Amino acid sequence: MQALKNAFRQLMAYPSAVIGAVIILALVGLGIYAPIAIPYSEAIDKWRGGEEYWRQNPRLVPPIWYNWFTEDDLPISFQYFESDENVTRVDTPRPEGGVNTVVTYTFDFEADRFPQELLLYLKANYATKRPFVSVYMITPDGRELRVTDLGITQSETYRFGQDTKLQRRLGGLAANEGLFADPNSETLQTLKGTYTLVIDAITFEDGDELTSSEFVMHGLVAGWFGTDHFRRDIGLAILWGTPVALAFGTLASLGTSVVTMTIAAIGVWFGSWLDELIQRITEVNLVLPFLNILIMVGVFYSRSIWTMLGMTILLSIFGAAIKTYRAIFLQVKESPYIEAAKAYGASNMRVVFQYLIPRVIPLLIPGLVLGIPTFVFLEATLAVLGLGDPVLPTWGKIINDANSNAALYNGQYYWILQPAVLLMFTGLAFAMVGFAMDRVFNPRLRGI
Amino acid sequence: MSVEVQSQPSAEIAPKRRSAAMQSFMRVAKYTVLKVFMLMITVAVGVYLTILIANMGGYVDQILKGEIRDRIAQGLNRDPQFKAMLPEQRAEYVANEVALEEQRLGLNRPFALRSIAYLTNALQMELGRAQNMSSDSGSRQVRLIILERLAPTLLLMGFSNMFLFFGSIGIALGLSRKYGSIWDKLIVAMSPTSSAPPWFYGVFFILIFAAIFRVLPFGGMIDAPPPTNQVDYALSVIKHLILPSSAIIISAMFISIYNWRTFFLIYSSEDYVDMAKAKGLSDRDVESRYILRPTLPTIITNFGLLVITLWTGAIITETVFQWPGLGRTAYRAIGLYDTPVIVGLTIIYAYLLALTVFLLDIIYAIVDPRVKIGG
Repeated sequence: MQALKNAFRQLMAYPSAVIGAVIILALVGLGIYAPIAIPYSEAIDKWRGGEEYWRQNPRLVPPIWYNWFTEDDLPISFQYFESDENVTRVDTPRPEGGVNTVVTYTFDFEADRFPQELLLYLKANYATKRPFVSVYMITPDGRELRVTDLGITQSETYRFGQDTKLQRRLGGLAANEGLFADPNSETLQTLKGTYTLVIDAITFEDGDELTSSEFVMHGLVAGWFGTDHFRRDIGLAILWGTPVALAFGTLASLGTSVVTMTIAAIGVWFGSWLDELIQRITEVNLVLPFLNILIMVGVFYSRSIWTMLGMTILLSIFGAAIKTYRAIFLQVKESPYIEAAKAYGASNMRVVFQYLIPRVIPLLIPGLVLGIPTFVFLEATLAVLGLGDPVLPTWGKIINDANSNAALYNGQYYWILQPAVLLMFTGLAFAMVGFAMDRVFNPRLRGI
Repeated sequence: MSVEVQSQPSAEIAPKRRSAAMQSFMRVAKYTVLKVFMLMITVAVGVYLTILIANMGGYVDQILKGEIRDRIAQGLNRDPQFKAMLPEQRAEYVANEVALEEQRLGLNRPFALRSIAYLTNALQMELGRAQNMSSDSGSRQVRLIILERLAPTLLLMGFSNMFLFFGSIGIALGLSRKYGSIWDKLIVAMSPTSSAPPWFYGVFFILIFAAIFRVLPFGGMIDAPPPTNQVDYALSVIKHLILPSSAIIISAMFISIYNWRTFFLIYSSEDYVDMAKAKGLSDRDVESRYILRPTLPTIITNFGLLVITLWTGAIITETVFQWPGLGRTAYRAIGLYDTPVIVGLTIIYAYLLALTVFLLDIIYAIVDPRVKIGG
């Protein structure tokens, strides 16, 4: 215990180790938060939800914080339901039957650029006669712009930008520009202020009603992480990628180093043909193309992250580390305390697991921590090759999507940079802690 | 190289010299033969494992059966008699022929026997025809598809590894001389960055140099259309080579410099180095003869392991940079689900790794006179 405390104190003397540890703690916190905020099944359903699910998001727009760096303020996407605070709904029964429903959406528009598109989703309940809806927009300077009048079906989607009549009414400007344009300006400019969208719906028979309405604006920025080509919120994959990356890296590194160490200890202790066999296997393993075999497994059998994890561990066991451990165990084997154990009649297994391995564990820890980034990047590498887990949203899959859609070429830097920066932080944090640990636990390196 | 160095001494001891040169030549030759033999066995075992993995779901069998069916159907389609048959008759006839052919090729033998046949084929890269891909020359032979892509990969890897090796050795030596300086501390601080693979740096390089500054191409190996003039052609290839090879070099450089500088420091604290310095030898001589020489074997072992990881990483580096090598072919084969090509690529990578190990072993034997056969 005292030794551990000492080691910890020494470790904290390295500033890089402290920074690394802080980053790791933050990532672990995020990794714990992700499954609590969005449960596993929900995350997967959402990520595979497709266009219909993510209709509230514009396609391929950068995150909100882009506004902090751009000169022009970009409009932020929103989605308002009737239950929201800025929405009022008044239902008045009509004497001739049916209801008159007025829904008003009040929202601030402070951007310098025009939004991409406006959408209205209306749901109605009727027996025979379609409800009739008229929509108009009240601008900050008090103008009342008629948007449309239409009879709606059970589930109606009205896209402002696709209405050619509206475009004509706005003097040839597309709806997303015309509704927000400043009429007193020579050039095309936005009019900032509070806008109100009014939906005036009439149903004609008793029992008919406008069940719900939803107003969506596709702006030029959305969410804290932006959206991808399927309108998905990249934040979901960023958030869920954290526990996946950490779990994969830690499990793979832990599995590999523990098994490698055990095999090296057994080989050294029993010696003769077993030791020889282990060395030959290591030589064959060196020539086996690691990634290619993972690709084969991924393509032919399963891309599940558990299969990949298992194969990774299996292929890494007989790596170069086994030689290092072997050299150390050969030294330890000759120590007097092992001699003593033999003398009192300890069994072979007892010597290996109670005497040999515990002695070398201090050396295992830095190797284990240093191995984590390699495996975190391996998971991303597999995903970038298109061999990521088929259902899980991960960092690597974002990079893969971005890369196959030429994100860098098209200037969608946020798409690739966010997961890349997170990967970099994860890798660096573990590497920095690992390097410091190596110096603390490995006296050979001290002073150099 | 060392063979010549050792045969330099004065002419008085000529017979002795020849025998010494002979001896060290024999030593390296014997060592080489043994290494080649061992590596051949290693590759065979590796490829056999590959076949086992690939055939666990019967994929190799499927490749062969599909090919037999194709060949027979094509052959029969030219036969007027066959065309005259009823559809059911035709199907039955084809099934019969296929069964016969499968029997002839031994596909109905037990797997243990079949796998040996596969192994011999695989070792010769006789992998039949690709399912969906074809080579630039239009062939569908897996062997041609793969060999056509070998040269760009070798160019990229050779170029980057050369720079990496000599650059890192030079910098490491320089740093070991200035132990504790600001540059030394900087390299030590930078060494954790090597935990990221080359493709990762590649993404940033593309972003900076291709997307923002537009000074270097996004990817590929040659301008389109390719220049006709040979000098322009070479320049264009070099221009495309800069980003991928710097990504490879940067990703591995800091950790190599850090490791090698540590080796240099360990070896330069040996007594014989102090002795050489005391004798009044110049720093240059001390460095090249008393520090570099004994450290080289350790460095080469270290470099060998590094190159092996780089080979693995090459698949994705090439994909990110659209470099038309083996790695990009692998990426395309995954996308097109082309089984024979994927198996073939695994085999060629096994060969390349073995070749790398072999080359490094030979260099090791040359620089380290202590190497004994079988040791």
